[in-house]
Amino acid sequence: MTADGNGSAFGSRIRKEDARFVRGLGKFVDDVVLPGMLHGAMLRSPMAHARIVSVDVSAALAHPRVKTVITGEMLAERGMAWMPTLSYDQQAVLATDKVRFQGQEVAFVVAEDRYAARDALELIDVEYEPLPAVVDAHQALAPDAPVIRDDRPGQQDNHIFDWESGDAQRVAEVFAEADVVVEQDMLYPRVHPAPLETCGIVADMDPVSGRLTVWSTAQAPHAHRSLYAQLTGIPEHRIRVIANDIGGGFGNKVGVYPGYVCAIVASMITQQPVKWIEDRAENLMSTAFARDYHMRGEIAARSDGTILGLRVRVLADHGAFNATAQPSRYPAGFFGVFTGSYDLQAAHCSVTGVYTNKAPGGVAYSCSFRVTEAVYLVERMVDLLACELDMDPAELRMRNLIRPEQFPYDTATGWRYDSGDYPRALAKLLDMAGYHDLRAEQAAKRERGELMGIGLSFFTEAVGAGPRKHLDMYGFGMADGAELRVHPSGTAVLRVSCMSQGQGHETTFAQLVANELGIGVDEVDVVQGDTDHTPFGVGTYGSRSIAVSGAAAVTVARKVREQARLIAAAMLEADPEDLEWGDGRWYVRGVEGAGHTLAEIARAAHADIDLPDGVDGQLAASTVYNPPNLTFPFGAYLCVVDVDPDTGQVTVRRFVAVDDCGVRINPMIVDGQIHRGLADGIGMALMEHIAFDADGNHLGGSFMDYLLPTALECPSWELGETVTPSPHHPVGAKGIGEAATVGSPAAVVNAVMDALRPCGVRHADMPLTPAAVWRAIQGRALRSDLAIR
Amino acid sequence: MTVVHEESATGAEVPIRRIRVTVNGETKTAEVEPRLLLVHLLRRGLGLTGTHMGCDTTNCGACTVLVNGRPVKSCTMLAVQADGAEVQTVEGLSTPSELHPLQEGFKEEHGLQCGFCTPGMLMSAKALLEENPDPSEDEIRWALSGNLCRCTGYQNIVKAVQWAGRKMRGEQA
Repeated sequence: MTADGNGSAFGSRIRKEDARFVRGLGKFVDDVVLPGMLHGAMLRSPMAHARIVSVDVSAALAHPRVKTVITGEMLAERGMAWMPTLSYDQQAVLATDKVRFQGQEVAFVVAEDRYAARDALELIDVEYEPLPAVVDAHQALAPDAPVIRDDRPGQQDNHIFDWESGDAQRVAEVFAEADVVVEQDMLYPRVHPAPLETCGIVADMDPVSGRLTVWSTAQAPHAHRSLYAQLTGIPEHRIRVIANDIGGGFGNKVGVYPGYVCAIVASMITQQPVKWIEDRAENLMSTAFARDYHMRGEIAARSDGTILGLRVRVLADHGAFNATAQPSRYPAGFFGVFTGSYDLQAAHCSVTGVYTNKAPGGVAYSCSFRVTEAVYLVERMVDLLACELDMDPAELRMRNLIRPEQFPYDTATGWRYDSGDYPRALAKLLDMAGYHDLRAEQAAKRERGELMGIGLSFFTEAVGAGPRKHLDMYGFGMADGAELRVHPSGTAVLRVSCMSQGQGHETTFAQLVANELGIGVDEVDVVQGDTDHTPFGVGTYGSRSIAVSGAAAVTVARKVREQARLIAAAMLEADPEDLEWGDGRWYVRGVEGAGHTLAEIARAAHADIDLPDGVDGQLAASTVYNPPNLTFPFGAYLCVVDVDPDTGQVTVRRFVAVDDCGVRINPMIVDGQIHRGLADGIGMALMEHIAFDADGNHLGGSFMDYLLPTALECPSWELGETVTPSPHHPVGAKGIGEAATVGSPAAVVNAVMDALRPCGVRHADMPLTPAAVWRAIQGRALRSDLAIR
Repeated sequence: MTVVHEESATGAEVPIRRIRVTVNGETKTAEVEPRLLLVHLLRRGLGLTGTHMGCDTTNCGACTVLVNGRPVKSCTMLAVQADGAEVQTVEGLSTPSELHPLQEGFKEEHGLQCGFCTPGMLMSAKALLEENPDPSEDEIRWALSGNLCRCTGYQNIVKAVQWAGRKMRGEQA
C-alpha cells in the first residue's frame, strides 16, 4: 500500500462531515448572521455593450431602509473601480465608463434586509447609450468590430493572446506522410458550473481594530486575502478570510467577484457587517462560465490505424474581461495535453483568445485548466478517424494507447505523464460492459431501423498543479502548506491550505495522517478555510487537493513521526537508527510488540524526559509541499444510448466507467466524485448551454433554461477500477475529482454520433438536445457557421 | 417571538399580518409582511438554516419542507400561506440521541457531499416513504426529480432512500 503506512486507515466508509449536514447544521455563508448586519443587492446592466451616461441613485438613497448606495464613481475615488484578475487583466468592480456584458455590476445597494435592498434596486436610474455588441467570437477580430476594452492602454482590437504548443514543422512532416487526414470543426459550448449554493459573502470591517473579517464562498481563501489586501490597502495580517461550509464549488468559487469587493467597501463605509448573496440568475449571468472553445481538429494516420499526429486551432471566447483562473503562464491552461492517451509522433496546437461582450471566466466546472476541452477534442477526433477507416473505435484506441513500459512518457507537447497502464483499463472496460455483445445488439437493432449508439472515451487527466517553478496563481507558486500538531494525549490537528466544497477533505486528510501515525481517523481533526488558522496555499481546484495538499499532509505526518522516533529512542535508551516503525509504534528492531505508541511518545514529549539535541518538547511540524510533477490519472468510459428517430430524444441506457487514480485513500469518496462527474457529462452533452442572442442577451439565466440533469436523466453508474500508483506522490495517490467530468462528455457524444451513423451524421455539437439531434438527422446540424476559417 | 420583516427592523410602514405556524412541533407566532417567503421566515425569522435556497425559479428543491405532511418548495410559498399549518424542516427529523433512518441512510450510502441539497432531499424522501414504504428505484428517482444535486450523480441518494426504506420496514438495512 505505502512505503511505511499499512493503508489500514484507507478503507473508511464514514464521512465526518455528514453528521452536521444531515441535521441541517452545516454552516454556509448565508447562515452567518452578525449583529447589525446589513444586506447588499447588485444592480446589473440590462445591456451587453453600452456607454454609461449617468447613474442617479437619489431615489434609492431616499428609501427609508437603505443605508448607502455604492457606485462605480465612488469606487474610482478609492482606486477600487477595477480589480486585478488571475490572468493579469483587470475587471470592472462597478462599471464606470461602459458596461461590457449583460448582467455586469453597475451599482450596489446596502439596506436593512434583502427585501428592502431589492426594492431599492428599482429606484436607481441609469442612462445607457447602446453600442454594438460582439457576440460571435469569430467576428471579434473583424476590422470593424467595436473595441470592447478601450480602457486598456494601446488595445486597438479584441485580441487577448496567441499561444501555441508543440512542433508545427514536425506536424507538417507527418501529415505529409499520412495515408489519411480527418478534419473537424467543433464547439465546446459555453456552460456553467452552477453549484447549488451561489456565491456570497459576509464582510465585517471592525473600525476599532482595523481588522476585516470575511466569510465567503472561497475555494482559494488565502489568494482572496492577498487580493483584498492589495485592493483595499488593509495589511494582510489584519484580513481574515473564512470559508466555512461551501455548497459546491466546481471552479465557480476560485476567483474574486465584484459583489465580494462591494460588500467589503460597504462594510468600510457603514461600519456594519454587510452580507451579499447572489441569486441564481446572477450566478449564471455573471460568475465564471466554463469552456466556450471553438476548435478545429485534424488527425493524421496510416491506413492501418496508426495515429501519427494531431493539429488543433482554437478560438477561445473569454468574455469581456480575461479573468480566467489558471496558472499565469498558461493562457490556454493545460490544453497542451490534447494528445491524450496516444503515442503520437507529432502534435501542435495554437490558441487565440478574444474578448466578447459576455461574462468573464473560462476555466471552471471541473476542467483541470482546459483538460475538458483537450480530452473532448482528441476523443472526438479518434472516433472520426475510426469512422473514416471503418475501424472499431475500441480497437483503434487499443492500437494507439501509450504502453505501460513507456512511462514516464514525454508527450509531443512536452508533458511528462507519470504512470499508466492504459490497455489494462480499456480491456477491463470492454469486459465489464460486454462490448462485443453490445455491438451485436446494435447490429440487430440497426437491421430493424432502431438507433442505438455505443460511445467510448479513453482519457488522461493532468491534475495537481504545481510544480511552483512553472505554475503560479496570481503570482503565488502552486505549492501548499500543512501543519500538524499532536496533543499530549496523542490526538492530532492537521491544518491545510486547501478548501473542501464537498469533496470530503475532513475525512480523507484525517485518514492520510492517521495512516502515517498509527492512530484512529477520529483522532485527527482537519482545519481548513480559515486564513488565520491555516498555512498558506493556493486552494482547491484542478483536482489538486490530494495531489498537493494530500502530499503535504503525508509529508508533515512523516516529519512528526521522525520527531517521535528521536523521543522514543530517548525513552527506550536506544539509538534512533535501531528503531523501526510498525503497527503504530516505534520499537527496537527485533522487539516487536514492545516500544511506544504515538500517544505514549506525545505524553513523554510534553513531560519531564531529557530530550535529545534538536528536539523541542512537542510533536509538531509544518511543511510546504512543492510537487515535482502533476499526477496523470486516467480512465476508460463507455456510454450506451438509444435515440428516438422521430423526436431526437437521447436516453442514456448505461454508463460504464473504469477509473485509475492510483492509490485510493477512501474508495467510497472516490466513487462519489466519479458519480458526480458522470452526471456532469450527461448534463453537458445533452442539456446544458449558456447561449446569447445577436444583441448579447444572455439566454441561460435560470434553471428554467439552463437545464441540469435530475435523478431521471442519470442511469445507475457502473464503476470499475485499476490501480497504477503515481511514482512521485508520497502515497501513490493521484487526483480524481474532475476526471469524470473531463472524460464523460466525449463518451456521450461519441455514443450519440455512433447511433446516428446510419443517418449519415458525422458530427453535431453539444448540447445534443432533442432539437439538435433531430436537426442533425435532417442534415441541418446547428452552429455549422462557427467553423474557423 | 415576533418577526416584522425578514428580521426585526423598524422603518417604512408596511402591511403586517400576524400568523401562527407550528414548526417541528412548536407553535410560533410571527408578524410578517405578506410578501415574505416561507423559506426566509424559517431561515432568518426562526433561525432554522438547514433549509437552503439554490435557485430563484422553483427548480432546485433545496428549500423543500413538509407543510401538513406534503413536500413544498418553501421559496414558492408565502409565510402567510403557512398560517395555521404544520411545517416540518430537516432540524425536526432527528432527536438529540437518534437520527431518522433517512439521515442514517444518507450517511451510510454516501448520499451527500457538499450537503447543500441534503435537507431538501431528506424532506422529499420522507414524504415519499410515508406515502410509499417500498418504492422501486424508478419511483424514488421520480419522487426526487424536483430536487437537484450537483455533487452525487444521484445514485447514492437512491441507495440511501432504499436503505432507509428497509430500516423503516424493519428489514435488515
